[in-house]
Amino acid sequence: MKFTLSWLKDHLETEASVDALAEGLTRIGLEVEGVEDKAKLLAPFTIAYVVSAVQHPNADRLRVCMVDTGAGDPVQVVCGAPNARAGMKSVFSPAGTYIPGKNITLSVGTIRGVESHGMLCSAAELELSEDHDGIIDLPADAPVGVPYATWAGLGDPVLDIAITPNRSDCLGVHGVARDLAAAGLGQLKGGAVAPITGAFPCPVGVTLDFGDTPSLCPAFGLRLVRGVKNGPSPEWMQAKLRAIGLRPINALVDITNYLTFDRGRPLHVFDAAKVHGDLTVRRAREGESLLALDGRTYELDPSMCVIADGNGVESLAGIMGGEASGCSEETVDVLIESALWEPLAIAQTGRKLGINSDARYRFERGVDPAFMLPGLELATKLVLDLCGGTPSEIVVAGTVPEPHRSIAFPVSEVKRLAGIDPTEDEIRQVLTALGFALSGAAPVLTAVAPSWRPDIEGKADLVEEVMRILGVDRVPSTPLPKSADVTRPVLTLIQTRTRRAKRILAVRGFVEAVTWSFVAKPVAEAFGGGAPALALANPISTDMSDMRPSLLPGLLLAAQRNADRGYDDVALFEVGQVFRGARPSDQFVAAGGVRRGTAGVGGTGRHWQGKAAPVGVFDAKADALALLDSLGARVDRMQIVPGGPSWFHPGRSGTIQLGPQNVIGHFGEFHPATLETLDVEGPLAGFEIILDAIPVPRARPTRTKPPLDLTTLQPVRRDFAFVVDRSVEAGKIVRAAQGADKNLIVATTVFDLFEGAAIGVDKKSVAIEVTIQPAERTLTDEEIDTICKRVISQVAKATGGVLRT
Amino acid sequence: MSDLDTLEREIRGAIEAAADEGAIEAVRVAALGKKGSVSERLKGLGAMSADERKVMGPLLNGLRDRVAEALAARRDELKKAGLAARLAAETLDVTLPLRAGALETGRIHPVSQVIDEITAIFGDLGFAVAEGPDIETDHYNFTALNFPVGHPAREMHDTFFFAPDDQGERLLLRTHTSPVQMRTMEKVAPPIRVIAPGRTYRMDSDQTHTPMFHQVEGLVIDKTSHIGHLKWVLEEFCRAFFEVEKVEMRMRPSFFPFTEPSMEVDIRCRRVGNEVRFGEGDDWLEILGCGMVHPNVIRFAGLDPDEYQGFAFGMGIDRIAMLKYGMSDLRAFFDADLRWLTHYGFRPLDIPSLVGGLSS
Repeated sequence: MKFTLSWLKDHLETEASVDALAEGLTRIGLEVEGVEDKAKLLAPFTIAYVVSAVQHPNADRLRVCMVDTGAGDPVQVVCGAPNARAGMKSVFSPAGTYIPGKNITLSVGTIRGVESHGMLCSAAELELSEDHDGIIDLPADAPVGVPYATWAGLGDPVLDIAITPNRSDCLGVHGVARDLAAAGLGQLKGGAVAPITGAFPCPVGVTLDFGDTPSLCPAFGLRLVRGVKNGPSPEWMQAKLRAIGLRPINALVDITNYLTFDRGRPLHVFDAAKVHGDLTVRRAREGESLLALDGRTYELDPSMCVIADGNGVESLAGIMGGEASGCSEETVDVLIESALWEPLAIAQTGRKLGINSDARYRFERGVDPAFMLPGLELATKLVLDLCGGTPSEIVVAGTVPEPHRSIAFPVSEVKRLAGIDPTEDEIRQVLTALGFALSGAAPVLTAVAPSWRPDIEGKADLVEEVMRILGVDRVPSTPLPKSADVTRPVLTLIQTRTRRAKRILAVRGFVEAVTWSFVAKPVAEAFGGGAPALALANPISTDMSDMRPSLLPGLLLAAQRNADRGYDDVALFEVGQVFRGARPSDQFVAAGGVRRGTAGVGGTGRHWQGKAAPVGVFDAKADALALLDSLGARVDRMQIVPGGPSWFHPGRSGTIQLGPQNVIGHFGEFHPATLETLDVEGPLAGFEIILDAIPVPRARPTRTKPPLDLTTLQPVRRDFAFVVDRSVEAGKIVRAAQGADKNLIVATTVFDLFEGAAIGVDKKSVAIEVTIQPAERTLTDEEIDTICKRVISQVAKATGGVLRT
Repeated sequence: MSDLDTLEREIRGAIEAAADEGAIEAVRVAALGKKGSVSERLKGLGAMSADERKVMGPLLNGLRDRVAEALAARRDELKKAGLAARLAAETLDVTLPLRAGALETGRIHPVSQVIDEITAIFGDLGFAVAEGPDIETDHYNFTALNFPVGHPAREMHDTFFFAPDDQGERLLLRTHTSPVQMRTMEKVAPPIRVIAPGRTYRMDSDQTHTPMFHQVEGLVIDKTSHIGHLKWVLEEFCRAFFEVEKVEMRMRPSFFPFTEPSMEVDIRCRRVGNEVRFGEGDDWLEILGCGMVHPNVIRFAGLDPDEYQGFAFGMGIDRIAMLKYGMSDLRAFFDADLRWLTHYGFRPLDIPSLVGGLSS
């Protein structure tokens, strides 16, 4: 919402400076977004007289002008404007001036061999309008040497304030003035409107016709002014409108725009000669359309409210008038409309049609119903003042609602909610100044909100009014009582896991990425997602259309982007939400990581100590298991099952699970087809763990760890090499060996793996070391032998493995 | 006599000449071994007369001792020289560069770090961490937060929607973390003190807006907390978070449908290059919105607004991260550019705490 200082002073008697007013506005919640002082900005631009203008000797389109700037001898200026001529007055800027419209600073220049000591300016160069067809052509009486901005009335600072959606009353200058007056920054000028007696009945009737549908128009006022002379509005009005960025059109239209900003009261004027018969306010009919004042045609539907006459729709209620019945310089009889509209319908219609008009903006936020008729009277007065004519009586269809929201207001609420304790007098003063009607006495006042404050609902709103006008500064900072106890842990299990997972993966050399929660549909589909329920109806781009089913695609794409920038070896992880469905219970926290190129845990690339190998399934497995172990999961109880979901390499991936129904995560290299869908290239390996799937540790009464029995007996280690079919899983051999004596065998490791012609086609040799830890006494050779034999037989039984000889 | 002198000279010569421990051993065997020159002569003592023995005994024993001593000295010398030579041979070029290790390359994203910092501060004030889903219902995101249907305030949120389901319900991506307020109040009985950090979504994209961003919500519900407490909490938070001695805050009345009174909070700062210095200068930087929880919201949660009261606040995590650590472009937060993450990210074990300091 923009207005000028002088406009504000039409409504506020004040001595306060523009800075003080700006500060005050922000303090009471009308945040100043900018103060533009054109006089300051355009100070070097002065009015000048063009003494002579002759053809440039070396350029057809240029003229050499001698310009009287009012300071000493005329200066020579080369000018390319087609309208530059001797005897005209225009705007001059000397060398050294910053030209806002061109973003340059002038210097003395030589243009095609002729020196130029400044510039004659167009309105566009001063950023006053879009007009750059020629230099500004001023009337003959414009005083030479005077700053142009001051003379043109641009010296009026423009304030731009942000109005929150609840404060429709401040969408007019009068309302802003009221708030400032309440805050002690001046005296509100009355603003009362005297009714104007009509000389004859309004010849145009109005009917509200909504049939059996809900009414979209509570009340509609109309009056005819006969015999007006329309033309340009006076300079004071034009200057105000221009200052806030509106284009003056003609007096009748300018009056409606002026009152929209002056009083927050949008109006509409019809050229009565173009209106056929009486007006009906109704819902639009299917198939109807309107050529609106913005020159565009809008297709209408029954959710929209229109004003129609014998010809059909003439105006889109509360949003924009129609071209056909609009006022022009030729208008003689004018119909002035002042109405109330259903805010919701206005908002919906505006949104549907994509029209953002000043009228819509106000009606959808709520205008002052009580000002409907005064607004019409005020408009009539301006029409009579500016255009003459004879007014009719006013016709009103419908009834202006009189909301009297009476609120019981215990003054103690101010202290309870805001923490300040103003006197009852202060509270009364503030509320009265804002237009509240107060009755009763403390401890409980009764307040009736003024008609222009549809946002006031209850006592909390009154507390806000009191607090913002008295100043939030007055609220004393009050320590929030802290618990007397030592701070207790506040994080939930999943929150702790999330935090720790990030640190663990970073410790393993991963760099944390935060990627979008949405991915392209084909990408989502490639990772088991893409369900219709998880597709955005209004995505910002096709790359961000579906909620991600997994962290891996985002990480793979990110790795590729880094490779494209020349960083081939990257390890990226993310811990964040993945979506299996739209319900809250379908959202999981996953930890995923992707290694690319040679970005293994031990370092990347070529090095004098040895070249890092391309990443593979075992890097991913190591990351996944290290993560689980560090999160305290019982990795030893989990099963590693070969293979994973379709986006993994079927022969180089694994699933970590606690039984087939309880999958914890996956790891592996990726399926080439998946990589192709994503348009990314390897070597790539990754893992993804669902943190919510890790079992919750059993609650224990104490933090005591199990007792530790440190035996003095030496462990015995024995090596075995088994020849098995190539397809036999090493994990099976280890489990079988381990099972040979569950008490005494404490560890089994695979220390060698061999495939080769020597042991046969499709065979492999797996060498394991079994650690036997005697518990009570040293084992005899026979006892050790027995265990070893059991290892061999168990492995043979489980895998068909034969001891390699 | 000269015979022994000669012998001694010869042996000493041999000891001097011995170049390694093997040679010295050979000399020892030749002199003091079973059949060594000195040993042989010592054996001869037995056949001598007592007088002869009296003379020769000390001479020969002395010779033996001197030889043994010379041998030991030389052996020690050779051992030292040998060790020195071995060490010289073992010398490596320690200036050879190492491979960057995992602890050096690993990084924590600024958003995670800042969430940890926020959690540390609010944890100390007795706030728990609450959560809610990203995919929300219209009810939790708007209606329960007192956004009237069709109200312009809803439009300001540029919401991402999903297609309506069978029942015609249209889910959406939460536009703020405020839905967690209601979800928390439904689950937990007052007194409530929670923060809720998380992802939020709006259809917006430029240097300071991205379709996805992070917010943290704060909620206090009890029977006494008012704007004075809110002010203190925010002041203390800003002071602790920005790690400055004091911050100067300005609260401006504003509007949010779910708080009443509502305020926006600016902090005084000065911009120096890409740094923002707090507590000095003439700029005011908006950092958060807050207010007393609206009576309608409290009512929606099934509580009596005349009995229960409290405040809520919400701020942009990415934004305060940018202010504290000097990033200029929000979009870079989500681009996963290794160079950016390495530069603005945090070392794996830079774990923020109040006792050890938020940042090191």
